[in-house]
Amino acid sequence: MFDRDKLDQLRITEREYREKLAGQCKKRPERQESFTTDAGVEIEPLYTPLDLAGQDFEQDLGYPGAYPFTRGVQPNMYRGRLWTMRQYAGFGTAEETNERFRYLLEQGQTGLSVAFDLPTQIGYDSNHPLSRGEVGKVGVAIDSLEDMETLFAGIPLDKVSTSMTINSPAAVLLAMYIAVAAKQGVAPDKLKGTIQNDILKEYIARGTYIFPPGPSMRLITDVFAYCAKEIPQWNTISISGYHIREAGSTAVQEVAFTLADGIAYVQAAIDAGLNVDDFAPRLSFFFNAHLNFFEEVAKFRAARRLWARIMKERFGARNTKSLMLRFHTQTAGCTLTAQQPDVNIMRVAFQALSAVLGGTQSLHTNSRDEALALPSAHSVLIALRTQQVIGYEIGVTDTVDPLGGSYFVESMTDQIEKRARAYIEKIDELGGAPEAIEFMQREIQKSAYRYQQDIESGSKVVIGMNKFQVTEEKPKDLLKVDPAVGERQTAKLEALRARRDNARVSAILDRLKEAADTSENLMPLFVEAVNAYATLGEICDVLRDVFGEYRQQIIF
Amino acid sequence: MSARPIRVLVAKPGLDGHDRGAKVIAQALRDAGMEVIYTGLRQTPEQIVEAALQEDVQVVALSSLSGAHLHLFPLVVEGLRRQNAADVLVLGGGVIPDEDIPVLREAGVVEIFGPGTLTKDVISFIRERVPA
Repeated sequence: MFDRDKLDQLRITEREYREKLAGQCKKRPERQESFTTDAGVEIEPLYTPLDLAGQDFEQDLGYPGAYPFTRGVQPNMYRGRLWTMRQYAGFGTAEETNERFRYLLEQGQTGLSVAFDLPTQIGYDSNHPLSRGEVGKVGVAIDSLEDMETLFAGIPLDKVSTSMTINSPAAVLLAMYIAVAAKQGVAPDKLKGTIQNDILKEYIARGTYIFPPGPSMRLITDVFAYCAKEIPQWNTISISGYHIREAGSTAVQEVAFTLADGIAYVQAAIDAGLNVDDFAPRLSFFFNAHLNFFEEVAKFRAARRLWARIMKERFGARNTKSLMLRFHTQTAGCTLTAQQPDVNIMRVAFQALSAVLGGTQSLHTNSRDEALALPSAHSVLIALRTQQVIGYEIGVTDTVDPLGGSYFVESMTDQIEKRARAYIEKIDELGGAPEAIEFMQREIQKSAYRYQQDIESGSKVVIGMNKFQVTEEKPKDLLKVDPAVGERQTAKLEALRARRDNARVSAILDRLKEAADTSENLMPLFVEAVNAYATLGEICDVLRDVFGEYRQQIIF
Repeated sequence: MSARPIRVLVAKPGLDGHDRGAKVIAQALRDAGMEVIYTGLRQTPEQIVEAALQEDVQVVALSSLSGAHLHLFPLVVEGLRRQNAADVLVLGGGVIPDEDIPVLREAGVVEIFGPGTLTKDVISFIRERVPA
């Protein structure tokens, strides 16, 4: 990228700088013996053009909106439109969550993001014995289409985009969304949104799996195939590094394991007979925005470049959209402290800024009180306002990839790509992501333990926790989910079962059971089943019968 | 001098999938010389009680971040009592609001370790409470 003679000249002056620096450090040692990121990238005191001597502008950076997309997926990025401000929300019943959704939309939020409770995520109805104590706790309880209708009451589905954090039963919840839209008179091809639908990271890090990998991958490719025809604007998967990072991985592991999962999905779809350019444009990603600011900015850029190269070189994708890594970001929940929770507002702001400088397509900012409880409405408002300050007040959105060309950020981007590639090669050797689940778990566990040890030794400072502590009163205005929500859901379920056409439900469930055993695409049957008001638990029970259940290997 | 090492069951009751904390605690206790069994995810209180008896542990460390602690933790304590294992020390961890702590203590959960807990504090707590 730079003139060779100039670089030779720089080598001489840089050596002089290093000597001067060494002399100074002898007199006054630096704060730490070495400066290293959690991913093990050693940080130099200074970066210069010499660090980028091997970089080629057009091949490695290029222009935004063009291969390899290092600088962003659109030519003008936020000059055209800001990212979608999308706060993950959901608790209690569909009525309560519908109210929170409307509040957020009134406050200027531009997309919805549904948090489901654990029974919904694991395909149990609210009255299942294993649902006890969990109904409505970490998200909204959805048992049937009836709840989904309430959830989106008064929200025109042709006007908002909706992201749903649902994985193992994602196809069924998508079917419910399609059914609600139809009742609103909205055609499937008008629907915009995302289902997470990423089962591999559930096995690796998040834990809401139901079925074994084989049938789970089939459900995912069924969704790819169905959506390509019926809901062309829908993001069929959100391949997620977020939870891998929350489980303790480093930035490099986050990129590597996420893209390794992505490779497995693309391969599965190709193996199922799909054409890569038919489904790849609708793949989307989800990353974490953690604390090490420049490492995070570089991470997003590296992920984009590496995915573009994988799609082109490994899978021969030709459609430009197949090469683009579009992603959602959430700030790192695991960095929030229960101590001095207002300080979390600052952590979240810096993390959110790194996501914006990294070119995110949508963003969730965590609330200050999330190490204590689900966020209160006031805390969510501060979190949303944080995004709005970044978007409207501080000017970082006025040019594309403002940190592009920074010697440090470019060098870090190269480092992360290189290290992530090495991990992906290792996973390939193990037979791909589905075969490497335990390997990835072990790697994450090692990183998580090291992180904790660094906090305990004090080498990693956490303000308010291991440094600058105060005695304080805990905040009192925490959100509390009504413990009666389980009973209310159960009553609703009983009323529904008494009211609906149970013969129609049995017939469609029987039909589903037969089809699950073949290679027939199950999506149309899910749509039919939810329209008959079969419950999520009933549908998942049929699939459990046919597919079996996943048993976790215990690794620690 | 080497007495039998303290045996600990680290357990994840309920449907919660957040096991970073549970695994870090499990590893830290093991590094501190204790014998640690980790149940894995999605255990019912009954399964946890059974595992505690079978593994003959002195400590059960429960972790929940899903808000189901008020329902699940007391069921483990009750189950142990019913099996004449009331001497097993039951500890809790996870995202647990302050106001729930007295309720859990009342139910027999001896101590709650929230976010930001240092593993060395858990280790010394267990060593103080479990007879050598």
